Amino acid sequence: MSISFLFLCLLGLGAFSFLFGRRRIRGLTAMAGVKQHSRDVYHGSFVAVCAALVPLIILLAWSGLSPLLIDAMLEDFLRRQSPDLSIGEMGVLIAKVKAYFVGSLPEAFANDLIRDGTDYFAALVDNSATARSFVVLLLGLCGAALGLRLLAPRFTARPAVERVFEIVMIVASAIAILTTIGIVLSLIFETLRFFDTVPVMEFLFGLSWSPQIAIREDQVGGSGSFGAIPLFAGTMMITFIAMLVAVPIGLMSAVYLSEYANPKLRGIAKPGIEILAGIPTVVYGFFAALMVAPFLRDSGAEIGLTLSSESALAAGLVMGIMIIPFISSLSDDVINAVPQTLRDGAAALGATQSETIRQVVLPAALPGIVSAILLAMSRAIGETMIVVMAAGVAANLTANPFESVTTVTVQIVMLLVGDQEFDSAKTLAAFALGLVLFFITLLLNVLALYVVNRFKEQYD
Amino acid sequence: MTDYSDPDFRAARLKKRYQAEKRFRAYGMAAIITAGLILVFLLSSIIYSSLPAFSHHHVRLDINISEDYVATDTPEEGNYLGLVRAALRDHFPQVTGRRDKRALYKILSIGASDAVEARVKNDPRLIGTQISLYVPLSDDIDLMLKGLIDRNLPESDRIVSDRDLAFVDKLAEENRIERKFAFALFTNGDSREPEMAGINGALAGSLWTLLVTLIVSFPLGVLAAIYLEEVAPKNRYTALIEVNINNLAAVPSIVYGLLGLAVFINFFHLPRSAPLVGGLVLALMTLPRIIIPTRAAFAAIPPSIREAALGVGASRTQVIMHHVLPLAMPGILTGTIIGLAQAAGETAPLLMIGMMAFIVDVPTEVTAKATVLPAQIYMWANNPERAFVARTSAGIVVLLTLLLVVNAAAIYFRRRFEKRW
Repeated sequence: MSISFLFLCLLGLGAFSFLFGRRRIRGLTAMAGVKQHSRDVYHGSFVAVCAALVPLIILLAWSGLSPLLIDAMLEDFLRRQSPDLSIGEMGVLIAKVKAYFVGSLPEAFANDLIRDGTDYFAALVDNSATARSFVVLLLGLCGAALGLRLLAPRFTARPAVERVFEIVMIVASAIAILTTIGIVLSLIFETLRFFDTVPVMEFLFGLSWSPQIAIREDQVGGSGSFGAIPLFAGTMMITFIAMLVAVPIGLMSAVYLSEYANPKLRGIAKPGIEILAGIPTVVYGFFAALMVAPFLRDSGAEIGLTLSSESALAAGLVMGIMIIPFISSLSDDVINAVPQTLRDGAAALGATQSETIRQVVLPAALPGIVSAILLAMSRAIGETMIVVMAAGVAANLTANPFESVTTVTVQIVMLLVGDQEFDSAKTLAAFALGLVLFFITLLLNVLALYVVNRFKEQYD
Repeated sequence: MTDYSDPDFRAARLKKRYQAEKRFRAYGMAAIITAGLILVFLLSSIIYSSLPAFSHHHVRLDINISEDYVATDTPEEGNYLGLVRAALRDHFPQVTGRRDKRALYKILSIGASDAVEARVKNDPRLIGTQISLYVPLSDDIDLMLKGLIDRNLPESDRIVSDRDLAFVDKLAEENRIERKFAFALFTNGDSREPEMAGINGALAGSLWTLLVTLIVSFPLGVLAAIYLEEVAPKNRYTALIEVNINNLAAVPSIVYGLLGLAVFINFFHLPRSAPLVGGLVLALMTLPRIIIPTRAAFAAIPPSIREAALGVGASRTQVIMHHVLPLAMPGILTGTIIGLAQAAGETAPLLMIGMMAFIVDVPTEVTAKATVLPAQIYMWANNPERAFVARTSAGIVVLLTLLLVVNAAAIYFRRRFEKRW
């Protein structure tokens, strides 16, 4: 039975148990003639939980873990058949067996080993599925029976159900922690393996990045050089250009909207700017690569500048556009949070409105604005699609925004897209870059939080 | 030493200050106008460049469905392309050489035979008769007829040769060429040929992926939010979870892609390119974006409601399930819809787990190979063929329209059910 069918079976069993439990407790109460502790609904829910919860967990765990076990057993089987395969060849063989199993490998490519492996694999998959159905359904029925037996008018069904509900909630909120742990562990684990082949210092401070095929056999890492400085420099440059666009426009529009604009203009302009935030990044990427970049290149040629068609300028400008709404809406919030009394005080001293804003409101809102800019920077550094589509792939170490540069995120995508063997330094390098990215953005976020907490002044 | 009692000085200074005021206002106005112009320019340029993709030039051919090409008893195995080509050849009896014939065939789309095939399979009695049918022209001819390739350029500078031009002009003289709505854009899966490429497969992939995302992230997000906002004691453990969730919301999406690759694909051996894995990755990414607005929705419900329920003897869980949750539902749904809309536009993490494969078939389950609409846009944008520019823009227009509808629904929900306490 397939997992979705089993899942539906369990849901059905749960619903049935609920109805049956609710009916049974009514009968029991009527017979005993005592006052019920919990309402019918809780007795029904109790039986449903008994019937469905444990099998559901087992179903999920089984479906998650059995492919691992089956793959390990298949590898073991194939290893016994032909002991002298390398790890890479074994991977290819396993992939072929699976392809043959689903029928996507043509008969002509199959040999006896693949056929034997497929038979073995098919038997394993089949047995696992049968055993899974059996265990899950048996446990479900046993659970339902046990739940029904426990029902009694004085049985405290409500606290029991509520306790289960609370545990489920705790597990749900722990997923957030698990995700963080998962991110950190998977990145660190792969990064450490990367540092087995490429020294940390070379990665962090090397000036040349070309992760292609090795030119010489004895080359470090066996596949090109992994000095990430050009990527960091490229990321910094594009982020810097983006901030040059986004900070003035975002900040000034926030100031104007919160201090000068009448409600009508505000009602139009604020959602208008927020539309920019809702546009998917792939759209900005397309816009940068097919509209802005050619336009910049042509107008550059008019005035005698040579722009690369993948210039840092185009990617940075469009990324700046994407960042505008972040800066403007976050700044808008902090400017609105400055108490009116400060403005009134400045006006009473004879300051014009712009003097009030520049000398009173903005300084008071500064921690919030700085934190908004830091958050926007973290967003720009982690942004992927715009740079993948509009920035270059070659790692140039340059300070000229008209040339093409590459970024950390572009390289992660380039290293991981397409066919890949999982253990090569190339693939692992992507995880090392990911770890750097994760820590830099984390640092910026924490810094943004710190700035607000440390420098915010309580006015009221 | 400035003399503030000098009236001229005071007037001059005041003038300067007022000018500074005006300038400052102008800067603000300029910033807003710039942002607005950028938005208008971005949207209008994409819509403008998408327009050619919504129509395509077709040619009307009188097709003899002869038994030489399609056998009566096995219409599935018929040579429909040969059929269409024969019909085209009949219009140009003067074309005899093999190379000329091949050039002639090239003005038709590779998919020209699809319509005939569908007609004949639907009604096998047509075999042996003649039907008149519109079939699509190739993308280059189509671009030229739309005026996107200048036919006045010297022959060496354009894709369409003089010979092709003569063929097309003759068909046009006979009034056989017509511009029709490009249904293929919405009904087909991906294709190497621009005129046959459609977004149907990517849309289905997006739907499956978002379905997984919704099923996983909505219950988990709401349960976690209930726990953190309503149940949990305020201790170090819950403070840790809170900081965590806020940080997760700011982690770059590509990092989630790396997580998905390392955990779901390399550790759990789930299939690559599958909506199941894509949905799980997006679910992890969307989770904090559901938890944060859901908590805000809970926090906005006045404590008096909880106290009243507790006062008449409800348990804590009953307070939540019977009162707080139903009242917070509009806010929760709005947050969920906005979170899903963001997930629907996400590309980078899905590239990591291979959801940008070239897939012609429409996926029908969560473990089938699939792509999503933004990834399809990315792939088309990378395609050097000219006609794909319009296809890409058309894909973007569809994506933006969907997101607009979804976000409008969220705003409607908020307006319709919002309560002020």
